[in-house]
Amino acid sequence: MSNSPKFVIDGLKATIENKEILKGINLEIKGGEVHAIMGPNGTGKSTLASAIMGHPKYEVTEGTATLNGVDLLEMEVDERARAGVFLAMQYPSEITGVTNADFLRSAINAKREEGDEISLIKFIRKMEGKMGELEMNPEFMHRYLNEGFSGGEKKRNEILQMAMLDPSVVILDEVDSGLDIDALKIVADGVNNMRSEERGFLIITHYQRLLDYITPDFVHVMMQGRIVKSGGPELAERLESEGYDWIKEELGIEDETVGQEEEEFKMPMNTVAPEFK
Amino acid sequence: MTTQIILPIDQSEVQALSKSKNEPEWLSSLRLEALTLAGQLDYPKLEKTNLNRWSIDSYGKYKSSDSIKSLADLPQKFQTSLQDQKDNLLVQRNSNVVFQTLSDELTKQGVIFTDLETAAKEHSELVQKYFMQAVKKDENQLTAIHTSLWSGGVFLYVPKNVQVEIPLQVLFLNEDDTSIFSPHVLIVAESNSSVSYVDHVTSEGVANDLVHNSIVEVFVKPGAKVQFSTLHNLNGKITDLSYRRAVVENDGSIEWIIGEMNDGNCMSDTSSILKGNGSTSDAKIVCIGTNDQKLNITTNATHFGKSSDSDMITRAVMNDNSTAIINGVTKIEHGAKNANGEQTEKVLMLSPTARGDANPMLLIDEDEVTAGHAASVGQVDKNQIYYLMSRGISKETAERLIIYGFLAPVVSQIPIKQVADQLQALIEGKLER
Repeated sequence: MSNSPKFVIDGLKATIENKEILKGINLEIKGGEVHAIMGPNGTGKSTLASAIMGHPKYEVTEGTATLNGVDLLEMEVDERARAGVFLAMQYPSEITGVTNADFLRSAINAKREEGDEISLIKFIRKMEGKMGELEMNPEFMHRYLNEGFSGGEKKRNEILQMAMLDPSVVILDEVDSGLDIDALKIVADGVNNMRSEERGFLIITHYQRLLDYITPDFVHVMMQGRIVKSGGPELAERLESEGYDWIKEELGIEDETVGQEEEEFKMPMNTVAPEFK
Repeated sequence: MTTQIILPIDQSEVQALSKSKNEPEWLSSLRLEALTLAGQLDYPKLEKTNLNRWSIDSYGKYKSSDSIKSLADLPQKFQTSLQDQKDNLLVQRNSNVVFQTLSDELTKQGVIFTDLETAAKEHSELVQKYFMQAVKKDENQLTAIHTSLWSGGVFLYVPKNVQVEIPLQVLFLNEDDTSIFSPHVLIVAESNSSVSYVDHVTSEGVANDLVHNSIVEVFVKPGAKVQFSTLHNLNGKITDLSYRRAVVENDGSIEWIIGEMNDGNCMSDTSSILKGNGSTSDAKIVCIGTNDQKLNITTNATHFGKSSDSDMITRAVMNDNSTAIINGVTKIEHGAKNANGEQTEKVLMLSPTARGDANPMLLIDEDEVTAGHAASVGQVDKNQIYYLMSRGISKETAERLIIYGFLAPVVSQIPIKQVADQLQALIEGKLER
């Protein structure tokens, strides 16, 4: 039996407060593939992630997103997750009073049939194992979900959830922001360990540096709410050395942004400033 | 200028009742004095709540229930909360206490744990010294009425240096809406003693309006430690009016754990008078409002002693059309140098028609102190729901996790497992109707 998933986005358009941010996205991700979406801030990358997951602020106006032929956009957020979609968020919520362990156990059991819940022992072993791989302090198991976590700890916690939930489509939304180089390597290892034929990845980033550790199979550049250029890993390398201006010139784009979308989410967190060269 | 107050009870009844119970003279006359006062005093002035609009004049009549030989004579559902303990129990059914046990060990150590009516006769001087001294009969009409018509109740006395290891448990059960249900709890912990007291105030099958007007007084002597836990889940027809007050001397400590899980209106006032130097108070209160319930919940810490310390946390979850006024008062008197007072009130609204006010008050008359407060009123955060749902958790479960999580900082801190479990069960009962 082949478990290799097929995730297809076809002509996806989405708006926020009646402003169109996504203007027709086409993308196909198969099991085993890693796709990277790159692009400057404000070009619609995070909107794509949120629209796929079903954030209530975004309205999909046209197009489809299917996983193994099943329409995701008709589903509630939790159904999408249970169908196999996982989004590692840029700004994960903090939830008081709910421990990381209780939360993850609820999430795992939500996917399982009643009566087939994961045993506590098995769950704890699995969680301890994954936390060890991510070099997380065991005490995070019983800490309240993301409460008081540093930016880097939150990102590691997202990767932990990914590892525990065993999804078939993984979207990483700016998972590299706020990470120092050591944490970045740990997160990248966590992702690389999860690479398999049973899983496809969509990595959203505007820095090349994450792709130094996770080699993508395909690289797409997003501008003005569309994918304007696609290629292999060499495209990411060219973007690193030359920036985005050559693409803008090539395509005659003056302003690559599509609205305020990413600015709106900007909030202070423990971000490591990019190095100035 | 006061309006004509129609009292729920008359003088001859009070007199006859006191006489029939053979109460000491001081108590009989105190009841009568209080009754006169009740006719002259007003209801307490509460923050944003007018008690005149509440139905609080049905007190019922004193009705004697028969003693029971064992807990097995109680309705099944009330046995379970008491079953893990054979000794050190007391049960009040409607107006009077019907069951009480105290272990030989504690009896030998001089601990007194009996109903207050009996204590007033057998330990008359001791009871007289403390009864209605922390809360005064003339504070308002409610305290006056209580002084006049209370019945049953508990007297717990812990002698000097005695450490009571096991919590003493009390069940206050009302099954008859025509009977007085206004117990008085009096706790005296002598120097360097320690005790933990747990009660459960509940009802079964009440169909008409009834008032539960109770007063708890706790006297914490130097170096003593008292932990007072109470869970109230009275029927929607019963209005709960509860004063709880502790007077804490040097290096003494009081810990309040309170679950307001009633279905009817509730006014509660829980205060610590930190009289002594180094005295401490810690109050944790959880309340849930449903239907048309009105709650007015006050926590108060008054600091007189130097280096006295108070902390209070209240969490309220409000659903349907319920209203909560949550007051926190930290008062630091002049001279209470190095006192520290912290308070947090948080209200979570689950329905657009629910109302919640958090009123933190810091009243400070001394310079060298530290004090802090935090208060918030809010709804379930939509981003939090989205986040949990994005991991496959259903909307209902996500909301549930967030609500229980909101209460967890209080519930998880409850030191007695049995109380924590019972509170958890009551919370589930109220939220998952």
